[in-house]
Amino acid sequence: MTAPLAIETQLAQAGCRRDPRTGALSAPIYQTASFAHPALGQSTGFDYSRTSNPTRLALEETLAAAEAGHRGFAFASGLAAIDTVLRLLEAGSRVVVTEDLYGGTFRLFEKAARSFGIEALYVDTSDTEAVRRALKEPGVRALFIESPTNPLLKIANLPVLIALARGVGAVTIVDNTFLTPCRQRPLDLGADLVVYSATKYLSGHNDVVAGAVVARTSEWSERIAFLQNAVGAVLGPQDSWLALRGLKTLPLRLKQQEENAGRIAEWLSRHPRVKSVYYPGLPGHPGHDTLKSQASGFGAMIAFEVEDAARVPAILEGVRVFLFAESLGGVESLITYPRVQTHADMASAVLDRLGIGPGLLRLSVGIENVADLIRDLENVL
Amino acid sequence: MNYRTRLIHAGRDRDPYTGASSIPIYQTSTFAQADPEHLGHYDYARSDNPTREALEEAIAALEGGARGLAFASGMAAISSVFLLFRPGDHLVVGEAVYGGTYRVLQGLFHQWQLDVSFVDTRDPDAVRRAIRPSTRALFVETPANPLLQITDLRAMAALAAEHGLLSIVDNTFMSPYLQRPIECGFDIVVHSATKFLGGHSDLIAGLVVARTAEVGRRLKTIQNSFGGILGPQDSWLTLRGIKTLGVRMDAQQESADAIARWLREQPAVRRVYYPGLPDHPGREVHFGQASGASAVVSFELADGPAAVAFLKAVHLPLVGVSLGGVETILSYPATMSHASVPRAERQARGISDGLVRLSVGLEDAEDLIADLRDAFG
Repeated sequence: MTAPLAIETQLAQAGCRRDPRTGALSAPIYQTASFAHPALGQSTGFDYSRTSNPTRLALEETLAAAEAGHRGFAFASGLAAIDTVLRLLEAGSRVVVTEDLYGGTFRLFEKAARSFGIEALYVDTSDTEAVRRALKEPGVRALFIESPTNPLLKIANLPVLIALARGVGAVTIVDNTFLTPCRQRPLDLGADLVVYSATKYLSGHNDVVAGAVVARTSEWSERIAFLQNAVGAVLGPQDSWLALRGLKTLPLRLKQQEENAGRIAEWLSRHPRVKSVYYPGLPGHPGHDTLKSQASGFGAMIAFEVEDAARVPAILEGVRVFLFAESLGGVESLITYPRVQTHADMASAVLDRLGIGPGLLRLSVGIENVADLIRDLENVL
Repeated sequence: MNYRTRLIHAGRDRDPYTGASSIPIYQTSTFAQADPEHLGHYDYARSDNPTREALEEAIAALEGGARGLAFASGMAAISSVFLLFRPGDHLVVGEAVYGGTYRVLQGLFHQWQLDVSFVDTRDPDAVRRAIRPSTRALFVETPANPLLQITDLRAMAALAAEHGLLSIVDNTFMSPYLQRPIECGFDIVVHSATKFLGGHSDLIAGLVVARTAEVGRRLKTIQNSFGGILGPQDSWLTLRGIKTLGVRMDAQQESADAIARWLREQPAVRRVYYPGLPDHPGREVHFGQASGASAVVSFELADGPAAVAFLKAVHLPLVGVSLGGVETILSYPATMSHASVPRAERQARGISDGLVRLSVGLEDAEDLIADLRDAFG
C-alpha cells in the first residue's frame, strides 16, 4: 500500500491494528494510570498515562494521519488544547486573532492569557489587508485564525494569511473545528498547528468533551508534546476511545449534515421572516469562492437573522426537532442563541459591531431527515 | 500469599503487552486473525475477551478452582449452571435460596422437566432423605437470604460425593474473602458479583467457579453457546472492585457487628439475625467454614405496617434491592428479594412481613445507628 489512503478509509479503521497480541479490532481502553517496567532502565514505551497512554495514542495517531501532520495530541477539551498552544508564547507576545471567534476562546485570551502577558489583537480575518497591517504591529508572534468563524461564518483566505504570517516569523494556528480534516486541511496550506474542539464534529455524538492539536513539523510536535505532559490537560482513555469511535463515521455524518445544511440555508434565504442567512455554501456569501478554493465542502453550520428579534424566545421554545442547546457538530440538530449563549462573554458593543445581534440564531445541522428539520423551522418562523 | 495480597494480584495483575497496571478494557467484538487456517486464542468476544478473561482468572484463583467464568448477572451465572442438567434430572435445593433462584427453577426450568425438591439444608438428614436415583445435584446458599441460616458445607459436600451429585453453592453473601467452599469440597461456586465482589452498586455481574477443569470445560461450552457473558466494561469494573474487597469487607463487617448488637437492645426489634451474634443458630458451623460474618443483618419488627413505617423513616440507608455495596442498603424481602416466593411459602420459611434486611456499607457506624434510632422514633 504505497498510495496514501483516502481519509474515509483511514477513519473507518481508526484504532484498528493497535493490539497485535490479540488482534482486537477496536483499540483497547487502557484505563490505567501507570505501567510496570520490564526491568530497571527499561520501558514498554509507556510509563505514566499523562505522558502517554496507548488508547490516547491511537486517537492521536489517527488525528495526525487524517490531517497529514507530524503528530497529534489529545486534550481534555478544545479550550485545554488552545490553552496548551498559547503556552508556546512568551510574556509580551501579541497574537493576531479572528475577531468574531468562539466566545470561549475569546474568554481564554481575555481572562487567562492576558494575565500571563499575552495580548490578543482582534481583526476581521476575512479582510486580508487588515491582517497584513496587524501582523506588522510590534511583538506579534502568532496568528490565530478561526475559519469559518463562529457564528457568522466569515471566511479567511488561509494560504495568503499563512504566507503573510510566515513573512513576519509568526506561528499560524488554525481552529478547524467547523470543517474538520474531511473538508479543510490547514497544515497542507502551510499552517503550523491546527486545533480542534473534538467535542464537535470529530466525536460527533454530543457525548464527549475533548480537544486536539495536530502539529505540522517535528519541531512543533516536540514543543507541544513537552507542554502536553508538563501542563497535563490530557484526554482520558474512555473519552479517547469514544472520540476514536466517533471518527469512524465522521465522513458519513459530515456528508449528510452538509447536504441537510445546504437545503436548509437555501430554504431560509427565501423565507420572508428571515433578514439574512450566513452560510458559506450559498453563492451570495462573501467567502463562498475563497472557501471553495481552500476546502472541499462548506460544513453544516448556519447562522441567520430573523426580521423580528422579539420572536426569538418563541422560536427557541417552539422548536420540536431542533434542540435548544449549546455545542454543535453532533448528529442531533441544535439551535443556539449566540448573543446570550456562546458569546455571552463579549461586551454588547462588541457584539453589535461584529453583527452578533439580538435576532441572530445559529443552527448546527444534524443528520435527521431534512424535511422534518425544515418543517420544524417553518412552524416556529 | 496472604489473602489480602491475592485480592490485588490474583490472575493477571498487569497487561503483558504494555505493563499497564490496570488490565485494558477490550471493548471489541472481534479479533483480526493472523492465520486463516489456525485461529488465534481470541477470535470472537463472546467466546473469549481478554478483559473478561482477566476477571475469570482472578475469581478462579480467589475461590481456589480450576476455572472461572463471568456472566451478565448472578442469575445468568446460576441459570447457566442449571443448563448442565437434562429433563428428568432432579435437584435438591436449599429452601431458603435467593428468590430469583427460586423463580427461575419454578418458572422456567420446571417447564423443561427439571425436578426440584426444596429442603432445609441445615438438616443433613433432610437432604439425604430428599435424594432420589434421578438426583444430580445439590444447591445450597449459606448464610441463606434473608434469615442467614447456616448450612454445613463440609457435610453437604460429603453427602454429594457419597451420592455422586454435583455440589453447588451460592457464595454471594460471604465472597471468597470470608468463605471458600471449594476448600470444603464443593464442585461449583456461583456469585452475584453485583454484591460484595463488585461492591459499589454500579454494575450487574455473575461469576461461576468450577473446582475441576472438566466441569469448567462443560460450563465454558454453555457460556459460549448460551452467551450470557459479561461485557468488558463491567468485567473491568468488577476487577477494580475486587481489589478493595478485603478492606471493604473488614470495615463493613465491623460496622454490621456493632449494629447487630445495638439492634438487639432496641424494644422495637423482635429478633436480629446475624451470624456474628453469639447465640446465632449455626454460629459454630459457620465459623468452622468461614472467617467472618459478613455485613448483612436482618431483623424483625412487629408487623408489616411497622416495617413499612421504618423503611419510610430512615434517611442514611438507601431503601432498595441489592446488597454488598459501599452504601448501606435497606431492603424489604416481602416486596423485594422474595416477592416471587408466594406469601404463604414466605411465612412458612420465617420471612414475615415485619422482616427487614440491612446490608451495612462503609458509612460511619455511629451515624448509621443514630439514623436507625431516629427511624424507630
